[in-house]
Formats: sequence, C-alpha cells, structure tokens
Amino acid sequence: MGKLNSKIPDGPLAQKWTKYKASVKLVNPANKKKLEIIVVGTGLSGAGAASALGELGYSVKNFCYQDSPRRAHSVAAQGGINAAKNYQNDGDSVYRLFYDMIKGGDYRAREANVYRAAEVSNQVIDHFTALGVPFARDYGGTLDTRSFGGVQVSRTFYAKGQTGQQCLLGCYSSLNRQIKKGNVKMFPRREMLDLVVIDGKARGIITRNLLTGEIERHGAHAVVLATGGYGTIYYLSTLAVNSNASAAWKAHKKGAFFANPSFVQIHPTCVPQLNEFQSKLTLMSESLRNDGRVWVPKTKDDTRPANDIPEEERDYFLERRYPTFGNLVPRDVASRAAKERCDAGYGVGETKLAVNLDFSDAINKQGKKAIENKYGNLFEMYKTITGMDPYEEPMRIYPAGHYTMGGLWVDYELMTTIPGLYAIGESNFSDHGANRLGASSLMQAAGDGYFVLPNTISNYLADEIRVPKISTDKPEFAKAEKAAVERINKLMSIKGKQTAASFHKRLGKIMWDYVGMTRNEAGLKKALDMIRELRDEFWKDLNIPGTANELNMELDKAGRVADYFELTQLLITDALNRKESCGAHFREEYQTPDGEALRNDEEFAYVAAWEYIGEGKPHMLHKEELKFEEVEMKVRSYK
Amino acid sequence: MKLTLKIWRQKNAKVKGTFVTYKMDDVAPEMSFLEMLDALNKKLVEEDKDPVAFDHDCREGICGSCGMYINGHPHGPVPAVTTCHLSMRYFKEGETIWIEPWRAKPFPVIKDLIVDRSAFDKIQIAGGFISINAGAAPEANSILAQKKKSDEAFDSSICIGCGACVAACKNASAMLFISAKISQFALLPQGRVEAKERVRAMVEKMDELGFGSCSNTGACEAECPKQIKLTNIARLNREYYKAY
Repeated sequence: MGKLNSKIPDGPLAQKWTKYKASVKLVNPANKKKLEIIVVGTGLSGAGAASALGELGYSVKNFCYQDSPRRAHSVAAQGGINAAKNYQNDGDSVYRLFYDMIKGGDYRAREANVYRAAEVSNQVIDHFTALGVPFARDYGGTLDTRSFGGVQVSRTFYAKGQTGQQCLLGCYSSLNRQIKKGNVKMFPRREMLDLVVIDGKARGIITRNLLTGEIERHGAHAVVLATGGYGTIYYLSTLAVNSNASAAWKAHKKGAFFANPSFVQIHPTCVPQLNEFQSKLTLMSESLRNDGRVWVPKTKDDTRPANDIPEEERDYFLERRYPTFGNLVPRDVASRAAKERCDAGYGVGETKLAVNLDFSDAINKQGKKAIENKYGNLFEMYKTITGMDPYEEPMRIYPAGHYTMGGLWVDYELMTTIPGLYAIGESNFSDHGANRLGASSLMQAAGDGYFVLPNTISNYLADEIRVPKISTDKPEFAKAEKAAVERINKLMSIKGKQTAASFHKRLGKIMWDYVGMTRNEAGLKKALDMIRELRDEFWKDLNIPGTANELNMELDKAGRVADYFELTQLLITDALNRKESCGAHFREEYQTPDGEALRNDEEFAYVAAWEYIGEGKPHMLHKEELKFEEVEMKVRSYK
Repeated sequence: MKLTLKIWRQKNAKVKGTFVTYKMDDVAPEMSFLEMLDALNKKLVEEDKDPVAFDHDCREGICGSCGMYINGHPHGPVPAVTTCHLSMRYFKEGETIWIEPWRAKPFPVIKDLIVDRSAFDKIQIAGGFISINAGAAPEANSILAQKKKSDEAFDSSICIGCGACVAACKNASAMLFISAKISQFALLPQGRVEAKERVRAMVEKMDELGFGSCSNTGACEAECPKQIKLTNIARLNREYYKAY
C-alpha cells in the first residue's frame, strides 16, 4: 500500500470536486506561457486537453502518429455520449449516473473519480454543443437522447451512429483554434518511443518522425499521455489497426504503475470474423440493442435462414435470462451470454460463431423510416461489409475485443506514479472498474481532457514556475534516445523471414483463446508459456525490409508488437492474480450456479497496480484498497 | 481470384515514380481492398522487398486515412465506400487493377500511395472552428436549433477529410471539403456569430495553398465516400458573398 496515494479529497462525495477546485494551487497567467506541456494523443482526451491547456495559456506540444489529429480513434465511437442532464425527466441525476457506473463496473472503480466524471458530464455536453457538434435534436429544437445498456434512464446524447466522429471533430476544431493562436504546436506522424524522467519527474519524450525516421527529443515541464487503450492486443478488435500501447508501456517501464491490465471489454455487437485474412472487426453500436432483439434457434445446428425460423422456435436468450434489462444488459453480460449459446452449439452462420440481432419487430412497429433515422449509417455499413441487408434479415453479430478498462494507475489528479506524468481518457484505469457502460468512454475522455486535467495540473505546475525551459541536452535525454535507437537497431538486425503482423496475429489468437471473454488458471498459464515461445521466435525470425532512416511501416508495427509481447505477460499475471470474477474479467472457477460472475469482495476489492522492477523480474503488486462510502457493494444483477 | 495489380511505386517526393506489376494468385472475394494489399505486402516482406506504403488506420470508413485511385476512381469504382471498405467481391477473376496515389499539386506524394494532406489541416486551422473556451459554454438547451437545420448540419459534418474530392476534381479544388465545414457551422445558431470571418479565412487559405477553383462538374460529389452534397458548395458561395 505504501507507494500508492490516491489523493482523494476529504469531505462528502458530492462536494469533493468543488472543494478541490476551490483549494487547488493556481499558476499566474504570466507564468503559464513559460510552462511547457507535452500531450501525446489527439483523441477526445488528448485534443481536449491540448485545447483547454492552450486556452489557459500554457505552451502545449501535441503529438499523434496519424497524419492529422482528426484521425484519432475516438472518431470511430458510434452510439453516443452520456450526461446526467435529466432532459427526459426520467429520474436521472449526477448521483444516478455515478451509481450506474459503479455498479456497471462491478464495484472495482474508485468512487471519487467516478462521481467527478458524472459531475463534469453536463459541462461536456454544453461544450460540445457550443463547439457546433450537431447532436440529434427534437422538433422543438432541444437535444434528444436515447437509451444505452445497463441503465434504465435515457441519457445518451448522439449524432446518428457517428457520435465519436462528431465529438472528435469538435475537439479537432478547438485544437485548431489553439494551433492558430500559437498556443499549441502540433507534431503529427510521431511515435513516442520513450519517456524521459529527470530527478524523478517526467520531463520529456523521445519520438520517431514516422516519415523520416529521425529520432527527436522534446522537453516539457509535464507530460500527458492520452494514448488510448490496448484492445489491439487481440490483433482482431474494433480498434484502429495502428492503435497501440507502446507509449503507456514505455512510461510503465520508466516507473508508472499499470493498473488492472486484465480488465478488457469484449463488445457484444460486432460483425463476426468472415475469413482468416481479416485485419479488424467492425463494431455495430450498442444502441442497436434498443430496437434489435438478440436470438438464436432453439434447436442445435439449425441451418435454416433466420427468416424461415418461426417465432416459437427462437430463443431470445437475453430476454429469457435477464427479464428486467432484456436486450439492454451491460456489455460483459451480453458478450458472455452470446458466447455461452455459441459454445453450446446454437450459433448461426457458417462459422456458428454468431447470433442474430433482429430488427423486424421494431420495423413493424415503428416503420422502416424511423429505424433508418436512428441507425441508417450502421445498416449501410453492415451491408457494405457482409452483403446482407439488415432491413430484410437479422444482422449476425459476435463479440470482439473493444475497450480496456485497465491502464496506467492515476490518482485523483490523474497523475501517474511518476510526478509530472499524467494519463487521461482510456489510457488510465480510473473510472470504469471491471466493465465500462456504453457511451461513457466519450464522456470520460472529454471530461478528463477539457475539465479535469486543466484543473488538476496546475496543482503540480504551480511549484514548477521557477524551473527553466527543459533542456534536451541533459544526459537523461541522451540516454533515453540511445536506448530507443538501440532497440530499433536490434529489431532491424534480426533479418529473419516473418512479418510483424503475422506474429501479432498469432499473439492475438492466443490471447483471444485463453485470455478473452472467459479465463481459467490452466489456460492462462498455458498462454504465458505459448507467448514466451512466440516472443523468442519473434526476436529470432522477424523481418523488416529497408532501413530505420526512412518511412518504414514494418518497423513501426514491429516496435508495437514487441511491446505487446511484454504487456500480454503482465495482463495474464493480473488475470491469474485476480481469483474472482468481476465485470469483464470472468474466471471460470468463480461463478454462480447459474453462470454469473462471482465476486470476492473480501479479498479482491482493490485496484491491482503493478510496478515494473526490471527486465526479467516479476512485477511487484501494490494494492489500492477500494472503499465504498456512498454505495453499498451488492451482487450486480440485471435479471 | 487471380488478379494483376499495377501499383504506383515512388520512393519519395524527390524521385520519379512508376507503375510496377504484381501478380496475385489467391485473392479471396471476402477480403477488403486493403487486406488484399496486406497480403501482397506480407509476400514482399517475406522476400525482403520494400512493401507498398499506404495510409490506413480505423479500417471502418470513418478516420479518413486511406484513399487511393483504383481503376481511375478515388476509393475505387463502388460509390459511397472508402478504400478500406471496398470489398474484393466487386472485382472479376483475371482483372487488372490500376492503383495510384491522389494526384493533386497541394497533395504531394510522400511515398508510393501516401500523399501529404496537411493542406487540409491548414485550411481548418485558418477558420474551421467556433471560438469558445472550455467552461464558457451556455447550458446546451438554452440555444434552440431547428431539427431540420441541425440534421442538415449533420449531413455536412460527416466529411472524413480523405481528400477524394480534391483528387477527383480536374482543378484539384477543395470546395466540397471547405463547404462541408462552412455549411455545418452556417446552419447552426452557434456557428453564425463568426460566420463571415470563418468563410473569408478558409477560402483565402484554400487559394493560398494552390487548390483550384470549382470546376462545376460535380466529380467531387460523385466520388465522395460520404456522399457530401454539391449544395454545400452553393451554400459556401452564398456565405462568401454575404461576408463582403
């Protein structure tokens, strides 16, 4: 416990944030300009933070690996963004949003952070609306909302199935305004290779210019990681194919603890894998479960087309198992239920690894037009990919790796265990416990970036005003740069036969088979051995053509995969350590007689924060005990 | 499927490029176009040859990273899809496919099929925003917006910034790209306040960066993977006249 101080402010939950803001140290406007902040990533949290910090007058340097900040993977979020506005008069409140997230996360998130995320959610909606995000509206001109899984109120704001795109472009526009003003300098096509720590504080990063191969040093008074999650650890996932965990992993190896790495969300509604060449899986928004009914045939190996199976021969298994929430159970529950049916032989389609998501009832009741208004682009996307028309026959869906609740450990101020290093958005662990509820990732990312970090970072920077501009000539920069170059050279010099992607694919398969929706001790241990073997093979038989001094996408991939070989081992270690089932982490040994997750609050009501203590040494576990003062820990039931 | 690929290979911006022929023996019709290129690259890397460079990321048609000329069409011959969503089932056994980068002066080739689209960012930096700081926003429902106009704003705002419109235009005009952003903000009450400054700044920057004028042929609309409408350009022109 000794090393972890979550810095949760005293006082009643509902007043913590207000009190914190009122007492936090501030930086005089004249001093802000002299303070440099690096932000890595340009998604909702990264672009939001860079904008807000620029607006405050700090000197910001913002980095992304894409050619433009507008392409960060927040762009692909579909269904919506939550806020506790209670515009529907349906009993919503900040407290209820907070409660839903705590329960949805299966009591493995930190109360104070979650409450604050719920609190700033309303500001996020106000801000996006003011930035010109065209959220759906009602005829009277007010904003519309819809329902999402795991809750019984309608609090999800949306822009058809492109809510992430619209919010991200809002962030991009506010970022552009600060770039124009000279407060933010943008560095696209840069990969962060290492974090530079000087006298125990984060003071900069080493990057590789992905166009020229040039290794660069960037200094700053503080560094913010907004680098997203590690869902591509499964190779096939709903993430962008270049999404990676390398920046967070490098920071981890420099001293930032990694928390709950085994908490990975497998999203229930994705287009199933069609073939072995597939490079990614496409999400079909959770919002579809508002109107779509999930079913499989009641008889095993029923090969009739879905429309030929009569109503009485269909098993609407979510409605059957969870009558209260029905098709709107949370993601972890829906995913496992689909897997259970498919494993038992009731799956549909050629691979039998799919279930039906049927809109015929909704189309009959509401008309095709209404359904098209809500989900038009998703239906088109589905048809483009599969050649099947969801207006005419049910969609086929299957779970896929999606979101990582685990991430860098942060305190209430979103600072990691390295002073001056912050982690925001999906890259931290703090708000979603063991399972994230739909439409709360955009909410948390934007909240962290625009409204939380800009307030908390001044508490640190107020003591940094006498520190001059960080010189990149310091030996720590040279050392980090040398290590980065050496690693690149090591990868380049293997000169074997296989591609980085082929290793990634095999690694992902192991992870999916043994560390996916359900896990058990024997499987986890087997996966560890298999990954070690594969890792050895990688370092002997990888091939990267060309040189490191030019655009070299094979080198980019290889570095990311090499880091995944390390992160997977920690992820599995964490999964082995957590001898309970909670949220998305389902250990087969720990389940109720009817197959639901069996938590063990006596022994595991803690955040597992792992410390890296050196190459080849086992990680050291630190426990942050979770104290629930407002909410009583209960069995999480959606029945 | 057996296919012949004619791919534009160009080491960098300084040297001349050329078409190189590749034979593909086992392309599956369920592959996406990029997965077909992945398969080619896998083979090339295994032979220690330089793989074909192309931009790509989300692979679900929303990030706007990918984009190439395929048989004379930006994003290929199928309407309303991005390259990453273009399925190989649209191609025929034995077909020859010509693959080129975007051809437009403001988008110089970086390598092979990758072009520099930073000019698009520069236009957005010039004025593609509403000036409001975090914390200053009024309560979201305090400003009402007509549903019809808001829906129209959405239809304009879904541009993914891929550059197909510029690549399709014989004048390499960025009018459709700009007009989408101008329209989105012009249709919303929040965007009206600085509408004049915005349209002036964005058009001025577009001209400065060497994009041509509108050809009035509608090639941009025909090739836009997100089906952004030509009416946006009409609205851009109207906004521009109003701004002076």
